[in-house]
Amino acid sequence: MLDSILFYFFASVAIASGALMVTRRNAIHSAVFLITALLATAGIFLQLRAEFLFIAQIILYVGGIMVLFVFVIMLVRLDVALQHIRFSMQKWVSAVVVLVLAVQVGTMLWATRVLPGQGLFVREAAPAARLEPNSELLAKSLFENYLLPFEIASVLLLVAMVGAVVMAKKQRDPE
Amino acid sequence: MSPVFHGVLVFLQTWWAELVSGVVIVAVVPLIAGYVVLVERKLMADMQARLGPMRVGPHGLLQPIADAVKLLIKEDIIPDNADQVIFWLAPVISMTAALTAMGAIAFGPAFQVARDINVGLLFVVGVSSLGLFGIVLGGWASNSHYSIIGAIRSTAQLVSYETAAGLALISGVLLAGTLSIRGIVGAQQNNGVWFVFLAPVAFFIYVVASIAETNRAPFDLPEAESELVAGYMTEYSGFRWALYFLGEYANMIVVASVATTLFLGGWLRPFPNVHWLNVLDVIPPLLVALVGAYCIYRAGKQPVRVQSQFMWAVALACFAVAAILAAPLFPGPLRIFLPGIHGAFWFLLKVAAYIYLFMWLRFTLPRYRFDQLMHLGWYILIPLAIVNVFAVGIAMVLESEYHWNRWVALLITGICTLAAAAFLTHLHDKRVEAASTASAATTDSYAG
Repeated sequence: MLDSILFYFFASVAIASGALMVTRRNAIHSAVFLITALLATAGIFLQLRAEFLFIAQIILYVGGIMVLFVFVIMLVRLDVALQHIRFSMQKWVSAVVVLVLAVQVGTMLWATRVLPGQGLFVREAAPAARLEPNSELLAKSLFENYLLPFEIASVLLLVAMVGAVVMAKKQRDPE
Repeated sequence: MSPVFHGVLVFLQTWWAELVSGVVIVAVVPLIAGYVVLVERKLMADMQARLGPMRVGPHGLLQPIADAVKLLIKEDIIPDNADQVIFWLAPVISMTAALTAMGAIAFGPAFQVARDINVGLLFVVGVSSLGLFGIVLGGWASNSHYSIIGAIRSTAQLVSYETAAGLALISGVLLAGTLSIRGIVGAQQNNGVWFVFLAPVAFFIYVVASIAETNRAPFDLPEAESELVAGYMTEYSGFRWALYFLGEYANMIVVASVATTLFLGGWLRPFPNVHWLNVLDVIPPLLVALVGAYCIYRAGKQPVRVQSQFMWAVALACFAVAAILAAPLFPGPLRIFLPGIHGAFWFLLKVAAYIYLFMWLRFTLPRYRFDQLMHLGWYILIPLAIVNVFAVGIAMVLESEYHWNRWVALLITGICTLAAAAFLTHLHDKRVEAASTASAATTDSYAG
């Protein structure tokens, strides 16, 4: 009961603020709604007892928007940007995308109809007390099962970071 | 009985403890923050050879309440060109983030709002850093140059120092082997030593970074009054301004609690495992009773009768607290409350000491320049924190795999860390010197 109330609350907040994020003209307002959308998603993670994902979502994604704010403040001239529409209305493309998505969701819902009285197959939730702490689980799978992909990803990120620094330095060199 | 009513009843039965302690936090923290401000003013006055607030209540003891009333009834000004909604929202974000973070802190083995989640430390750090949104949004929404410069400074400062603080916390978490708040304190109990003695460099880095994170002097550049009026809160007045202030002081309590939990042994008393030192348990009631006795001594010296009566009331309150602290010491049914009550006392004492250190630094050190602040963060603290994480990790491997004595391993790696620190500062000094000679060469106005 409480679980479903919380789920529908977080889900509706996420969807509503996602829609608002796209439609606001003011870039700062969009960023604020992006934050609420991400926080609501984090809430759903917490409800699924994925505490580590919940807090990683808050620290990495929501924290990352901080930098987005600074970019908006520094780079976008809001008084000018508010005057005109900043995105092109690609009516036909968006109509096709919406149609495809609607067909996808529709077929999925239609498929569940064949299981009479059951609807979508939902697994029983494991009781919280028997779950292993998921930061430990995550660490195990990252450092034991997926060590090589993890290391490759970290090297890639490092290369990107060093590359960015080098490019920034090059532009400053002439003076 | 209707199902809805029944559901509410079940909900309350499961969650009443969390709900009550949540309400207590929201109700009590503003009061505590007000008195922290009073202590700060009194301490500043003392260090500058003045008296500080003396008029409202004896020794200004009622000053925070008078201030709160004043702020409540002050005119609330919203600038015409401000972004109304965000201007309204920003201080609320700042305060909510700090108070939410407090929910996961364990103020003692018995006092914690959230049930012990296994990422407790990350939760506290992550959620309290969301308070920055309040600062940035408030600074932007005010539509004023001072505000926006303050907000941008705040972002730059926090993003830089959060890295150093996070790396310092990692050293402590490595030693504890868990992120759960209770687990961290339990690890210190099992080790029989606070982590500040095992990882002193990490503690030092955390202290410096947490001062910067809470925007306090000597790193209070986002609200540097001699340059930016009041930084991001220039346009705020009345109770909105008070909310910002509340958020800032709640944040101080949060960072102090994190440091206490991870480095200063949380709610453990000094030497928690040494049984012949159990006499130390007398300290809490004795300390509070001494404060009460001092209040009685001062009561005789109050100029007005009401004030001396008030002093007596404070003294009686102190004695009541001392009695509560002393009661579990005697054998009897109250004995089971000993860890809970005394744990909370030691925790709050350590938090208070940490905040006292903050104030002390504020009145002692002059404000940094912004480029000095950034250099300290990026050129010294962050590399040093990375070296320190390696050092602690190597020491732990030496201990567990090669059976070294822990103290020898930590001493050797600690000396390496300090050598790295000396090298970094030397490099930085050279860089500064080179920059100053270069700029002197180009901008020497007396060169003729």
